[in-house]
Amino acid sequence: MEHSSLAGRIFRGVALSLILIFFMFPIVWIFLMSFQSNDQILRIPPRILFEPTLANYEALISGQLRTAAGNLQISFMRNLFNSVVLSSAAVLLALLLGVPAAYAFARFKFRLGETIAFTLLSFRFAPPLLVLLPLSLYYQELGLNDTYLGIVWVYQLIALPLILWIVRGYFEDISPDIEHAYRLAGHSWREAFTRIAVPLAGPGIAAAGLLSFIFCWNNFVFALILASADKQPVTVGALAFVTASGIQYGQIAAAIVLSVTPTLLLALYAQRYLVEGLSLGAVKG
Amino acid sequence: MSMVQLLQTNAQATPARPRPRVRLLPYLLSLPALLVCVAILVPFVTAAVYSLQRYRLNLPYLRGFIGAGNYIDFLSDPAFWNTLRISITYTAVTVVVELLLGLGIALLLRRPSRFHNAVSIMLLLPLMTAPAIAALMWKLMTNPSFGILSYLVGLFGVTDFKWASDPSSALFTVVLVDVWVYTPFIMILLLAGLRSLPRQPFEAAALDGVPASFVFFRITLPMLAPYIITASLFRLLDSIQQFDIIYAMTQGGPGDRLMVFQVQAYLEFFQYTNVGRSAALLMILWLITNILSNIFIKNWLRLRARAHGHA
Repeated sequence: MEHSSLAGRIFRGVALSLILIFFMFPIVWIFLMSFQSNDQILRIPPRILFEPTLANYEALISGQLRTAAGNLQISFMRNLFNSVVLSSAAVLLALLLGVPAAYAFARFKFRLGETIAFTLLSFRFAPPLLVLLPLSLYYQELGLNDTYLGIVWVYQLIALPLILWIVRGYFEDISPDIEHAYRLAGHSWREAFTRIAVPLAGPGIAAAGLLSFIFCWNNFVFALILASADKQPVTVGALAFVTASGIQYGQIAAAIVLSVTPTLLLALYAQRYLVEGLSLGAVKG
Repeated sequence: MSMVQLLQTNAQATPARPRPRVRLLPYLLSLPALLVCVAILVPFVTAAVYSLQRYRLNLPYLRGFIGAGNYIDFLSDPAFWNTLRISITYTAVTVVVELLLGLGIALLLRRPSRFHNAVSIMLLLPLMTAPAIAALMWKLMTNPSFGILSYLVGLFGVTDFKWASDPSSALFTVVLVDVWVYTPFIMILLLAGLRSLPRQPFEAAALDGVPASFVFFRITLPMLAPYIITASLFRLLDSIQQFDIIYAMTQGGPGDRLMVFQVQAYLEFFQYTNVGRSAALLMILWLITNILSNIFIKNWLRLRARAHGHA
């Protein structure tokens, strides 16, 4: 397989080119589209060379949308802000709750720990609507509907299993002997946890945090059900934006670019850990 | 045994130890995670109860226990069978295509080189795009008046191809988006698996001049099997619950062409305010995913133990 023939090499080259085109083209095309005016977008045949304009981004940032029917107020920046707030808060909370629990699950073998870990894991694969629809009725009674707190709480369903299972794997890979030695020197378990275990599992915690952030950011259905317009993140906001703006295709493209840029940059930054995170620690990259 | 009793017996078990608090510690540390579990389980049980009720939000006075009534209604309901058929078709097609394509790409990128690593990193980008947003991207590209893909198929003489808005091509279009987003998932798992395989069998086969097809079917595939199974089950579980891509693209339409489980349950709840029916539909989906996820978790645990060196 290593030393292939000329025909083999040509085949591999062609195959890889086609694969790259299929997976990269949509991102590149929408990116280009976001710098085009509506007239340029509607031109047939489409052109790759065009005079770029920042008008789409300006309209999104100012929130003023000029359409044929008049001016339209669009608060897409608000959606972007919501995404940042919701995802960051959810990940912080999940780290606060999840890292100590992951440590407990890794260090102490106890029945309840296993039960919790597996309940969370099995609900990672249960239909989200099964929990969300009754929850939306509860939320209405509790007054949690359409609040940041309520959404951050359900985002734990995404972030917590991820953090628990990845970080647990990292703690399990650290020999407990190091902590024992540190404890024998007269330190409390808390010191052993914060000064030894957490720093050693640091890369795992960072990776789990970044991945949870990406998954919270990309989530659609939770906020679709639990949030109204002024609390919605970009995923739901972009869909509403498409409906509201009608034929302002350049601005839709710009909204898409703004929605995906943060996660794509984070993914590139964290790519070393993605394999492990995506498989919840079952496959090491 | 209640939580308190559990804590007490554990504390009593080691009365002479200098730090009995340590026995409580694991429970204290996992308490928040337990809370989240409860927060999931309460709505879950509620949904199970709703599924046994006649419960419509617009007709609250009709609410009552009807046993398996909602489930029995499904048996004679063509909409339910349509949902089941579409969900299974969607899942089967996406998982098979993604598996074959993902395996092919992983094999192409198997040898670590700077170029291959760069390609695999680039392929992560679709996977990290929110599926709902990915659907919008493809919607722009398949727009009948200016979409680049509509234009390109037009060059090949296929005019008037309506993508997601035509019943005959709607499934193809959403499958295409699913394949775009999730093939990289299978690819990176299998690539990591391929690169972790021991080298000796391949070196021995090369020395003996064993043909490549034999190496592939008799060495590579069997050794890769645990990774293939885990990756496919992961996708199977997500795919049968697909909501984001289909909802953002067509909301289950045109007509009922793409009414998969979760989209149907969502509309049942919000459009027809029929909570009982929606819950029953989701319980059936849960049953399917629960069986699959039990198989999955067993495989996944084995693979995980190996990755962390406990096997």
